[in-house]
Amino acid sequence: MLPLFAALVAASTGVLIFAGGLVTSTGSGLSVPDWPNTYGWFMWTFPLNKMVGGIFYEHLHRLVASTVGFLIVVLAVWLWRAEPRAWVRRLGYLALAAVIAQGILGGITVLWYLPDAVSIAHASLAQIVFCLTTTIALVTSRGWAAGYADPKGPRRSDGGGDPRLQRIAIVTTLVIYTQIVVGATMRHTGAGLAIPDFPLAFGHLVPPQWDAKIAIHFAHRAGAATVAALALATAGHVFYHHRRAELRRPAMLLLVLLALQITLGALTVLSQKQFLVNSLHVVNGALVLVTSLVLTLRAHRARFADAGSAVSFAQRDGNAGSAVVFAERDPAHVQRRGLGA
Amino acid sequence: MTRFLAACLAAFLVSCGGGNPTQNQQNSVPASSGAAAPAAPAVDPAIASTVTGKVTFAGTAPAPAPIKLGADPYCEKANPGLRTENEVVGTDGSVGNVFVYVKDGLGTRTFTAPSAPVVMDQKGCHYTPHVLGIQVGQPLQIVNSDDTLHNVHGLPKANKEFNQGQPIQGMKMTHTFSTKEVMIPFKCDVHGWMNAWIGVLDHPYYAVTSTDGTFSLKGLPPGTYTIEAWHEKLGTQTQTVTVGEKETKDVAFTFKA
Repeated sequence: MLPLFAALVAASTGVLIFAGGLVTSTGSGLSVPDWPNTYGWFMWTFPLNKMVGGIFYEHLHRLVASTVGFLIVVLAVWLWRAEPRAWVRRLGYLALAAVIAQGILGGITVLWYLPDAVSIAHASLAQIVFCLTTTIALVTSRGWAAGYADPKGPRRSDGGGDPRLQRIAIVTTLVIYTQIVVGATMRHTGAGLAIPDFPLAFGHLVPPQWDAKIAIHFAHRAGAATVAALALATAGHVFYHHRRAELRRPAMLLLVLLALQITLGALTVLSQKQFLVNSLHVVNGALVLVTSLVLTLRAHRARFADAGSAVSFAQRDGNAGSAVVFAERDPAHVQRRGLGA
Repeated sequence: MTRFLAACLAAFLVSCGGGNPTQNQQNSVPASSGAAAPAAPAVDPAIASTVTGKVTFAGTAPAPAPIKLGADPYCEKANPGLRTENEVVGTDGSVGNVFVYVKDGLGTRTFTAPSAPVVMDQKGCHYTPHVLGIQVGQPLQIVNSDDTLHNVHGLPKANKEFNQGQPIQGMKMTHTFSTKEVMIPFKCDVHGWMNAWIGVLDHPYYAVTSTDGTFSLKGLPPGTYTIEAWHEKLGTQTQTVTVGEKETKDVAFTFKA
């Protein structure tokens, strides 16, 4: 059940990012002036028939955010109770802390009238929360566990012996994240249409005139080209050197999502920031990031493999007899949880 | 800070009350100089002058566009024919919703702000009036006459930004501005089409053109003044005018596309 629940939490985080994108794209960020209440109502008692205009998007975002926050609390507690690997439990605590900080940032940005720095931080931390929930979903999945159980070993199966893939995947993921932060900066400083044409910039390859907004916008376009080059290099490396589906699938998905993302970016400009296109660009960017993250983590899976892990899955899934092996690696936790044989 | 807190407290107390909106108090008669005023003399009504005029547009003006109100069923029902208000141009080219005011020429005169509030109403999911003037320290009363939620979001640069919800029909709030500022945009983030503009001045010599494009600045002391006309889309124009005792001068502003 835990793998399924972790996947649900990760998916709900993606939905939350889309809901947040709708708030900014429709200019509804201040349509509910108070926080944490909504026009004086406790959030969950606000009448549905009053969710009109911008309130619909802002209040919906708050409801989804509260739900995701609750799900992450449950996930963190579940991991604390049932997850034998200490680093995975810590990921749960980190996700909980991040989503709490995210909620506070969301409240502050409303009460302080959307200052750019806070809104950008809110958008950037959202990606971190998504990365954390996706990582938890990945490392608690049966597929991840099955990789450890591969009798031929991780080196053959998952690129554990491919330092080039490991390096380029890390770089690609970090650059995608940076690109999203630049995009959030562009979005929250009102620079989304600073360059009004596409693919050229004022009819040129490089803008003939510059100001801060044009610079931010052009940096986002240049970042897109860099991300595209890195993603192509990463996926190309996977296709050329690896046959395993666990690497080829995210590599293929990365390319598809990247093509979609560039298309959505172009349409955002050409449609004068049509709110649905704009919001899809936001959430698809997040999907590009976590897809690259999944590929990166799978490329590094050998680093996480240890004797205790394989047993820990058996233990978590009900085969407590195997816990005796795990107890050799983390006896304190086994004793604490009463899981010993 | 004390004045601001007092204003916020007053806004809160008023917002809890009920009642009907009062009438707008535009073009208030200038008050006499306060006790702490510097050497400049008070305005003598017996010799006061008037500047009148008309604002026109040369060219073909775009017609006001219909507004999609589907985001709020109440608005769609209450004001189905609502159109944009940023281009009010009559058949003869007259331009309404232009804020005309004395930009310069009053010297060191000071004017006491009227205690009567200026009222801005949210009715039929738009602001009434769309453009208005107020004096520093004069109360601005904002009313929600609609049976739907509005948020009142003022976005000044020199004054303090504020954003307050008015979820109940009949709610009122009062706000005062501490610094002169031309112009302050207002908007409702719930209904993206709703916006208004407020000019805050430290004197009472301002007017907003009606749909026939005319305006009148009354009670001016004799002197030479810079008069500015501001329109949210057409920009600003200035003219200099000199008025003697009990004199009426006419100025015309013509905006071009």
